Amino acid sequence: MNKSDLVEFISGNLPSLAARDVEVIVNTIFDCMTEQLQHGGRIEIRGFGSFEVRTRRARLGRNPKTGASVDVAERRVPFFKVGKELRERVNHE
Amino acid sequence: MTKAEIIEQIYEKVGFSKKESAEIVELVFDTMKDTLEKGEKIKISGFGNFVVRQKRPRVGRNPQTGEEIEISARRVLTFRPSQVLKAALNGEPIPHEVEE
Repeated sequence: MNKSDLVEFISGNLPSLAARDVEVIVNTIFDCMTEQLQHGGRIEIRGFGSFEVRTRRARLGRNPKTGASVDVAERRVPFFKVGKELRERVNHE
Repeated sequence: MTKAEIIEQIYEKVGFSKKESAEIVELVFDTMKDTLEKGEKIKISGFGNFVVRQKRPRVGRNPQTGEEIEISARRVLTFRPSQVLKAALNGEPIPHEVEE
């Protein structure tokens, strides 16, 4: 399922809303979440999971082709932790 | 940020009523949960992919007692952030998204 499938499914379940409007809302949801993570903030969706930003230390990496050392700068990465309800549902508990 | 704050943002930015905004946000996450429960992956371009993975049983250890225990086979959910999201968090230029 991709974003357009999601929009289509939701429009089908909410006939009072135009598909275009649902698309705008779905985009806004993920834009809000991206923005929150950009500010280093945490997102918690009960029953689904939580997102947070973790920092990876700067390190000395290697170019796997040439073997040359390269400095890899400190990086921020998004981290998702699945919520209890969804974890159990995915595992059919 | 919680679901309530996302609903508030939708209400402010998109101009739907709070009730409508709440209904749609709930439906988005419920639909995603139903889909993942079926084992189907979800790809949100510009954000990331949610993928269900099958794990084989393995031997684990109780870290307190050192006792070995079998961890049963299970299905787990992983999130693979998109290049776009990773770049956004690091203030880098937004790459063109490559289909996976």
